[in-house]
Amino acid sequence: MTHYSAFSLLKNALSGHKNWREQWPDAQPKAEYDVIIVGAGGHGLGAAYYLAKEHGITNVAVIDKGWLGGGNTGRNTTIIRSNYLYDESAKLYDHALDLWEDLSQDLNYNVMYSKRGVMMLAHNVHDIQSFKRHIHSNRLNGVDNRWLTPEEAKEFCPPLNISKDARYPVMGAALQMRAGTARHDAVAWGYARAAAARGVDIIQNCPVIAIRRGPDGAVQGVDTAKGFIKAKKVAVSTAGNTSVVMQSAGLRMPLESYPLQALVSEPVKPVFPCVVMSNTVHAYISQSDKGELVIGSGTDQYVSYSQRGGLPLIEHTVAAICEVFPIFSRMRMLRKWGGIVDVTPDRSPILGKLPVKGLYVNCGWGTGGFKATPGAGHLLAWTVAKDEPHPINAPFTLERFTTGRLIDEAAAAAVAH
Amino acid sequence: MLLIHCPYCDDTLPEPEFAYAGEAHIARPADPMALSDEEWKNFLFIRSNPRGTHYERWRHIHGCGRFFNAIRDTVSDKFVMTYRAGEPRPNLDALKEAAE
Ligand SMILES: Cc1cc2nc3c(=O)[nH]c(=O)nc-3n(C[C@H](O)[C@H](O)[C@H](O)COP(=O)(O)OP(=O)(O)OC[C@H]3O[C@@H](n4cnc5c(N)ncnc54)[C@H](O)[C@@H]3O)c2cc1C
Ligand SMILES: [Zn+2]
Repeated sequence: MTHYSAFSLLKNALSGHKNWREQWPDAQPKAEYDVIIVGAGGHGLGAAYYLAKEHGITNVAVIDKGWLGGGNTGRNTTIIRSNYLYDESAKLYDHALDLWEDLSQDLNYNVMYSKRGVMMLAHNVHDIQSFKRHIHSNRLNGVDNRWLTPEEAKEFCPPLNISKDARYPVMGAALQMRAGTARHDAVAWGYARAAAARGVDIIQNCPVIAIRRGPDGAVQGVDTAKGFIKAKKVAVSTAGNTSVVMQSAGLRMPLESYPLQALVSEPVKPVFPCVVMSNTVHAYISQSDKGELVIGSGTDQYVSYSQRGGLPLIEHTVAAICEVFPIFSRMRMLRKWGGIVDVTPDRSPILGKLPVKGLYVNCGWGTGGFKATPGAGHLLAWTVAKDEPHPINAPFTLERFTTGRLIDEAAAAAVAH
Repeated sequence: MLLIHCPYCDDTLPEPEFAYAGEAHIARPADPMALSDEEWKNFLFIRSNPRGTHYERWRHIHGCGRFFNAIRDTVSDKFVMTYRAGEPRPNLDALKEAAE
């Protein structure tokens, strides 16, 4: 693997950028692997990387039905934060935040993690009470989060409309300074390159059709469009398609898949310094380094795999953005798209072992799993390598839906982010 | 935007008039006290979430206000049909044969 540095950039600039090598090879499947990871999103690729780096397991394949990072990883609005309510979640998301801190150095790949602050707007008394409760709970867990008055919010984000007669008056805000954004594609590419450099095969355009189980019930491998591939351990990290993949192993999941949409504007000069989210009006916004405003909405109401979603939702979201930020009311939007998010009943992920020998799952991140990418990959790798969960993901079992030990983050994750 | 046929109003109307209400034909347990934890999980949380034909409930919330059922393809988002609440789950294969 070529080491990227200021020097290599300079050297390649002098030769007209004609000598850059491919970042990772496109592999064809071998007959057998120690571990197969289904789904080459950020989570699956991250898991492959940490399996190789931290557990010395390099005979690993990551298989995707499309191109790597073409699922929700490449479709999300890249908000990263960790101010969730419960202890279990605080640990889970803060673990990811710790890994984000020096991910670029670790991968030798600039993932453009930018701690520009995420501000959540309170528009009514209920918002104020619920955000303050979150702030107190976060403080107890050592998670950074603080309360801002409307004036302080405006100072932090000048385009914000805090006038008293606004349709959605701003009554305050919760601000996590350590939160921000990262470049989504770079996260997938960085993990892919670093995993491939350690011997991991990345197999694209190869749908996994079924997980094959032997007479004893244990996993034997996966049937794919390129034939059967053997493995004693299979980890499924397929986001919105998890119910379908699991069905093939005879497991029914507590998941429903919904379209989640986002849109971007034409690029403009830097105008928006942070990330702003509003659960109540169901919209969130930031500005990419290219200059586009990146805007996201809530999920469509119905189960779907169409990766499209309906226009009424976009209309609602854009109307809310124009109300809160009148400065953007004449911005032109360039494009919109949808991704399929896998939502659990308690809005917390399922990350761990399954009642099938050799089968592991990482799913249910719903509308908010990009922020968790390094953490999810790291914990999935641990769980697969040791055949037992790491203490951080131990509470996020499938069994919690039977025992009733839910981790109800519906309030923290009710809007898509 | 989806256009949805309300079987009560007998009219095909835009999606914002309707509220989605989850998977259809999940019957409330007749004897809740007799259910095991596993059965409760299946009733409360497990959903078929298919990539393809989905039986689901909708409510004509800004119209007649009534619940009804629908069959929709979750890949194309196209409705196959809608029918009144309480009617048995239609047999899709039989419907297809009848159409041919
Ligand atoms: C519009 C939108 C905005 C979002 N905004 C945010 C945000 O701001 N912050 C945040 O934290 N999260 C956000 N999310 C959620 C976030 O994108 C996801 O939770 C996260 O990216 C999931 O990563 P993943 O690697 O698990 O899934 P994915 O990137 O979806 O990867 C799963 C992969 O599995 C593959 N796959 C599926 N079925 C098969 C099969 N049968 N065989 C082989 N491969 C298969 C898919 O092709 C896909 O590449 C958003 C999502 C969307 C759609
Ligand atoms: Zn009606």
